[in-house]
Amino acid sequence: MSDQVRQVRIAMRNCGIIDPSNIMEYIARDGYEALGKSIFELTPENVIDIIKSSGLRGRGGAGFPTGTKWEFTGKSQGNKKYVICNADEGDPGAFMDRSILEGDPHSVLEAMAICGYAIGSNEGIIYIRAEYPGAVERLQEAIAKAEELGLLGDNIMGSSFSFRIRLYLGAGAFVCGEETSLMNSVQGRRGEPRIKPPFPAQKGLWNVPTNINNVETFANITQIILKGADWFRSFGNEDSPGTKVFALAGKVNNVGLIEIPMGTSLRDVVNKIGGGVSDNKEFKAIQTGGPSGGCIPAAHLDIPVDFKSLRELGSIMGSGGMIVMDESDCMVAVSKFFLEFTAEESCGKCTPCRIGNMRLLEILTRITEGNGTEGDLEELQRLGRTICDTSLCGLGQSSPNPVLSTLNHYMDEYIAHVRDKKCPSGTCTNLLTFIILDGKCTGCTLCKKVCPTSCISGERKEIHHIDQEHCIKCGACFDKCPFKAIIKK
Amino acid sequence: MANDSFSDGVFPEIDEFLDGIEDKNGALIPTLHKAQEAYGYLSKEVQHYIAQKLQISNAKVYGVATFYSLFSLEKRGRYRINVCMGTACYVRNAEKVLKEFAKELDIDVKQTTSDDLFTLDSVRCVGACGLAPVVMVNDKVYGRVGTADIKGIIKDTEEERCGR
Repeated sequence: MSDQVRQVRIAMRNCGIIDPSNIMEYIARDGYEALGKSIFELTPENVIDIIKSSGLRGRGGAGFPTGTKWEFTGKSQGNKKYVICNADEGDPGAFMDRSILEGDPHSVLEAMAICGYAIGSNEGIIYIRAEYPGAVERLQEAIAKAEELGLLGDNIMGSSFSFRIRLYLGAGAFVCGEETSLMNSVQGRRGEPRIKPPFPAQKGLWNVPTNINNVETFANITQIILKGADWFRSFGNEDSPGTKVFALAGKVNNVGLIEIPMGTSLRDVVNKIGGGVSDNKEFKAIQTGGPSGGCIPAAHLDIPVDFKSLRELGSIMGSGGMIVMDESDCMVAVSKFFLEFTAEESCGKCTPCRIGNMRLLEILTRITEGNGTEGDLEELQRLGRTICDTSLCGLGQSSPNPVLSTLNHYMDEYIAHVRDKKCPSGTCTNLLTFIILDGKCTGCTLCKKVCPTSCISGERKEIHHIDQEHCIKCGACFDKCPFKAIIKK
Repeated sequence: MANDSFSDGVFPEIDEFLDGIEDKNGALIPTLHKAQEAYGYLSKEVQHYIAQKLQISNAKVYGVATFYSLFSLEKRGRYRINVCMGTACYVRNAEKVLKEFAKELDIDVKQTTSDDLFTLDSVRCVGACGLAPVVMVNDKVYGRVGTADIKGIIKDTEEERCGR
């Protein structure tokens, strides 16, 4: 392993390799062998023990130990239990689950059946975003095919174990990624969360014990059953065994999905796998965890990617979105962007989230428009912490993270906005001044023609000038000038 | 509060869909999906009809229909232009793209053109972050869209319509 960073494919081992619409290709790659092994060679307790000792943690964001969850649900009493696959991949900038469902649907179906066997459930539901029509179609096809071959449905492989899976389409609500909201949604209600406990393992969907795991979590299961817990633990680190799939996007040269052993450094992800920041610009931040996560600055790029390290920096693993930002991205504006998202997606049930996030957004808007004060920065901190501490569900408890983490790591940028009324990266238009440079302007008149308020003056072949009083800072002249004679500062 | 009373068969697509479901518990959201697919949006009449068929209150149907962003209570244009505002698209200037569409179509976001042809909206991540910024026109995906491409996308769509 020289300069190349090792990518290891466990969850995505078949993606792009097999024809996902052909179940035979999946079977040829040991498909449904783990299910057979579970049913015929292992007891439900054995299966749970293997998953527990593998140390697999939930890949949906919070990182709860999967085996422990299965154990809880397994021990809950009930004639009926459900296995739910959470495929409500709502984090903007994340598309791991879609790729797994489209590229290797059977790996998730098989794992759900194994889970069903382990916890004593005969019914699985995949809650999937309606925004993913391709994945929906692929899954429907895959379920039908597996049932036809007796790998799902009644008496699987001739055993006494039966397991059926059906799909349930979401309807565009970010909060439904939260497990109690998701269950309310499946019951045909508004997707509002409820207080835990009782946990879904005790009282879940329709009040019966329910085990919910994320798509990527399930995608790891079959390999752990086949190759063992020790094999799985040979990847990653003590805190977080195994691999994690990330959707690397934003300002890097190579964008796309990556699957890396946990513990790989962020620097390797950005520079070696991502090929460095695009357009020769300077790295500013890497954002993980979507609207629930935070921005990590260059100074911390050497941390290992695992649940603990990211949390210590005020971010979270989240479901795996990783967005690289460069010097031209304003951290205040980025926080505002995420707050716009959470304020809109807040379900409105609890006050801290419904009203608190709106107040955070108002303060951030004020700051980006040049009307912020230094007191606003303290207020952001205080209010942010209160929202984290008092919100009902994971959405509210994590929604101030983008603000709190940027305040922590990029305080100078906030101060520039409130004290000097300047946006150092040149993003917040209200804080900008557009200026034509004497030495570069050729008097071509293009800027004058494109200016919507006609506030640029100057004769042909003479230096032009912007009347600052009437400039609306639309940036049209800046974009148009072929000589880069207009700067914003 | 009494629901409006409809006779069966006013909205045959809904009847047909519900006849195919054994368990009416939890059927509301799938039914709303179906109704929107069939009629383009969820009119008051459609909502009330569904309430009557599922024997739940109008308020419950309205509550659910307004909670989820994919359901529309207003008529939408034949072509729905959705600009992705996920993080990857955002940092690659999706906001400018959205504004340019608004300017070009002369409508605000969430509005429909007077000829009922285009509705402009922003969507949450469509999961095509590698192609950022992304624009979807109905089910068609355009990747790496710049402000210069916008006239072309609108023209494309209009031509496709005329070609049919």
